[in-house]
Amino acid sequence: MKKRVLLVEDEPNIIEAITFLLSREGWHVDTQKDGATAVKRVRELQPDLLMLDHMLPGKSGLDILKELRSDDQFKSLPILMLTARGQMRDRAEAEAAGVSRFMTKPFSNTEVLAAVRDLMRN
Amino acid sequence: MASINLLIAVCLIYVTFLFLVAFAAERAAAQGRGNWLRSPLVYTLSLSIYCTAWTFYGAVGYAARSGMEFVTIYLGPSLVMIGWWWFLRKLVRVGRTQRVTSVADLISSRYGKSNVLAIVVTVMAVIGVTPYIALQLQSVTLSLSIFSDPTGTTDGGMNLVSAGFWVALGLALFTVLFGTRNLNANERHNGVVIAIAVEAVVKLVALLAVGIFVVWGVAGGLSDMMIRIDNSEIGEWQVDGSRWTALTVLSGAAFLCLPRMFQVLVVENDDERHLHIASWAFPIYLMMMSLFVVPIAVVGLDLLPENSNPDLFVLTVPLSQGQGGLAILSFLGGFSSATSMVIVATLALSTMVSNHVVMPIWLSFQGQGATVSGDVRNVVIFARRVSILVIIALGYLYYRVSGGSGALAAIGLISFIGVAQFLPAMIGGIFWRGGTRVGALTGLLVGFAIWIYTSLLPSFGPDVVLSSTLLEQGPFGIGWLRPQALFGIKGIDPTVHAVLWSLLLNTSGFILGSLISFPKPLERLQGAQFVNVFAHSGHAHGWSGSAAQSEDLMVMAQRILGGPEAQKLFRREAQNQGHDRYLPEPTPDFLQRVEREMSASVGAATAHAMISQLVGGASVSVQDLMAVADESAQMLEYSNQLEAKSSELLDTARQLRDVNAKLTQISVQKDAFLSQISHELRTPMTSIRSFSEILRDGNELKPTEQTKYASIIHVEAIRLTRLLDDLLDLSVLENGQVSLNSARGTLADVIGHAVTTTQAGAAKSIKIDMSGLDPEIELHTDLDRLAQVFINLISNAQKYCKSSEPELSISALKTENVICVFFTDNGLPIPIETHALIFEKFSRINDQDGSGAGLGLAICREIMVRLGGGIDYVTFEGGNRFEVRIPN
Repeated sequence: MKKRVLLVEDEPNIIEAITFLLSREGWHVDTQKDGATAVKRVRELQPDLLMLDHMLPGKSGLDILKELRSDDQFKSLPILMLTARGQMRDRAEAEAAGVSRFMTKPFSNTEVLAAVRDLMRN
Repeated sequence: MASINLLIAVCLIYVTFLFLVAFAAERAAAQGRGNWLRSPLVYTLSLSIYCTAWTFYGAVGYAARSGMEFVTIYLGPSLVMIGWWWFLRKLVRVGRTQRVTSVADLISSRYGKSNVLAIVVTVMAVIGVTPYIALQLQSVTLSLSIFSDPTGTTDGGMNLVSAGFWVALGLALFTVLFGTRNLNANERHNGVVIAIAVEAVVKLVALLAVGIFVVWGVAGGLSDMMIRIDNSEIGEWQVDGSRWTALTVLSGAAFLCLPRMFQVLVVENDDERHLHIASWAFPIYLMMMSLFVVPIAVVGLDLLPENSNPDLFVLTVPLSQGQGGLAILSFLGGFSSATSMVIVATLALSTMVSNHVVMPIWLSFQGQGATVSGDVRNVVIFARRVSILVIIALGYLYYRVSGGSGALAAIGLISFIGVAQFLPAMIGGIFWRGGTRVGALTGLLVGFAIWIYTSLLPSFGPDVVLSSTLLEQGPFGIGWLRPQALFGIKGIDPTVHAVLWSLLLNTSGFILGSLISFPKPLERLQGAQFVNVFAHSGHAHGWSGSAAQSEDLMVMAQRILGGPEAQKLFRREAQNQGHDRYLPEPTPDFLQRVEREMSASVGAATAHAMISQLVGGASVSVQDLMAVADESAQMLEYSNQLEAKSSELLDTARQLRDVNAKLTQISVQKDAFLSQISHELRTPMTSIRSFSEILRDGNELKPTEQTKYASIIHVEAIRLTRLLDDLLDLSVLENGQVSLNSARGTLADVIGHAVTTTQAGAAKSIKIDMSGLDPEIELHTDLDRLAQVFINLISNAQKYCKSSEPELSISALKTENVICVFFTDNGLPIPIETHALIFEKFSRINDQDGSGAGLGLAICREIMVRLGGGIDYVTFEGGNRFEVRIPN
């Protein structure tokens, strides 16, 4: 059975790129553009990995992260956060909220794939 | 045996002689031939008023009663003259530079020209000196009585009381005639001083004559005299160390503080260098005065009956030997001592009373009625004459009340302790800048109260003022408050006791009061002038002539009122007086006006002090007044500057705070902006990088995929470029660096161009309705920039109008001043809470596909502001409306 990843991202071309990369690696990729319903989607889909943008319409990536981590069910869900803001404070906040991995855009494809493999190994 | 009538005749002749001497001296001084009047010799002799009838008669009595102790009375002043030379020099310099007229003036002037202090000192001086004047009256009447009853055992046949009265009246007349003949600007009395000098010679000659007669005429030579002294009880008197110390200190203090001593020592001093000579000459004079005291006392005790009064040995010894002529000479010596003291003492006291009590009251009384005129100088002279009469009357009264009781020396000592209370305030005033008015007042009042309680009141004897039970057990039976054993310290001599406590508590009060109180500016100023007198007193000249007075008054008024104001005041007064000159006569009326004017600037007290000093006889020179005026003006200016500076600082601090707040706000905005920019740039970059890596590495890509990914890179690159263009555009607009190219054109042309441009590469199309547009409307503005705004609005409508049949209607309205263009679409109205945000940077309200950066409307707003118009979002039923205003 394929591993499932939920990609929460509002930028169409970035969705396209990540979907291409992870599909090639054998992932099943679900996408979600709206921040407001993202948590609900995670509950429905029960993905093996969550990729989360920082700035989303409806609800910020940081708030989604916090909400998931407050639920015991998602305490150990690997969450990879991608942000275009790339400020030190954002990283610190995300790490304090329990993010598994934090990366800034633009990313290198090999780095993202390595991070995903790394997260899955643990 | 000299008859009493002869004696009175001799007295009258002597007084007439003195009168003539004084008169001649005044004449000589007035004609400018009086240099010899002001010689060091005269100065030294005038100091001899220290030796009163008490010293003349009393010293012998003192020696007969208490042995060698009388020497302390001479020792104190001698030590002061020799050892405290530097103190006297400073005192005289202060007195001269500050034009001090009396002890009261010195102390009040030092402590901020305090009138209260002046009055306190004056009252204390009058109370303190009154017994002393009584003492002189007593000695003169006693000595007169001797001639009617040579044994001196009783009061004699003549009426002592009426004799005392006539003596008092005579002294009063002489003082009035010579002391207040005219009002000298500098308070100097040439005639009186020369008369005193003559009297000094007379009393010295008389005492020496009696002494020589006693040693060589009665005792039979020096060696016989020494044997007699050895055999007498005088040689066996024990020396009481504490009494000796206390009396020496006391007589030294009194020498400095007695009003009459201050008068001759400081006020009448003409040249500081005279002090130099007097410092050794006066002790020699005192030594000569004391030379024969012991022989006369010893011989008197030997020759005369047990109960004879030793205070009169100087007279009774020659009389008992049938030496009538010598007795008359001796009488004249005593008479001289008494009269010179009374004359100078009352003169000094009357100056105080009139200057510090009568004149302030009179002047303030005058101040009530604005137009009261009159010559102040006449009032001053009148006040002094009345004061003289009153003071002598008080002395006479004391003499009557005390009934001529008590030994002369005892009464003298009481006076000494009283006036010695001025010493702490005097010394402190000259040497300690920290001394304040409050301190001086505290010390004086405390010392004086203790003097009255421990010395003056008990002197009347038990049950006269203080009851004997109070003396023995203290008030209300409180033992430690007994007048002659304060704080339970018993067994010391009453004089030592009074000196110790009064001066100790006086000094403590002065120091403590000064330390805890805060001096006023004038006190500081005066303190500096007094303590640093040698640095300040380069210019110690008085003013002369009325013209000079007016000029000085003018200069002073100018410094306080300001040039034009003062000149106006003076010119008006001069016109009123009927002069065509610039300066008016300094009439009392005018002085009051000047004072009133000045009081507005420097305060009533200072103005009053300044003017009354001028009127009352220049106790402060004009230069000093100007120094005060100058310094207070400088202080005022300085404090104004400080005030201005501090308000300036406050202002600057507030501005800095504002700027800081603004900077903080800007910094926050900058961070937010950079964060936004970062996001806007990184997002397209992410796609570009990712897809370019895919293309680079991807060998298994289908050709369609390759094309698609390459076109994504292309689109994102364009998006990035446009973003950078917008940012630069906005930056240029916001910085105001944009140059506008105004041109003429029609609105229809500009809108047409915008529509064509937007529709060229549009993904979605929108129906545009321009039926409400008047093709005639002309514009004169930067047409390209305006088109940019229109393009932005149209493309926004194209992108975001979510309607099944998207439509945009463009209409325009022209008024006198403005052309309004409306862009109305039929899409979903944007939420009301975001209306305020849409023109802000990066506010992507409806941007679902995320292709815009959110800078378009911000740029539109900036452009319209630059064009002098504006752009607004207008709430509209069933759609969105933007209103663009272009100035007509």
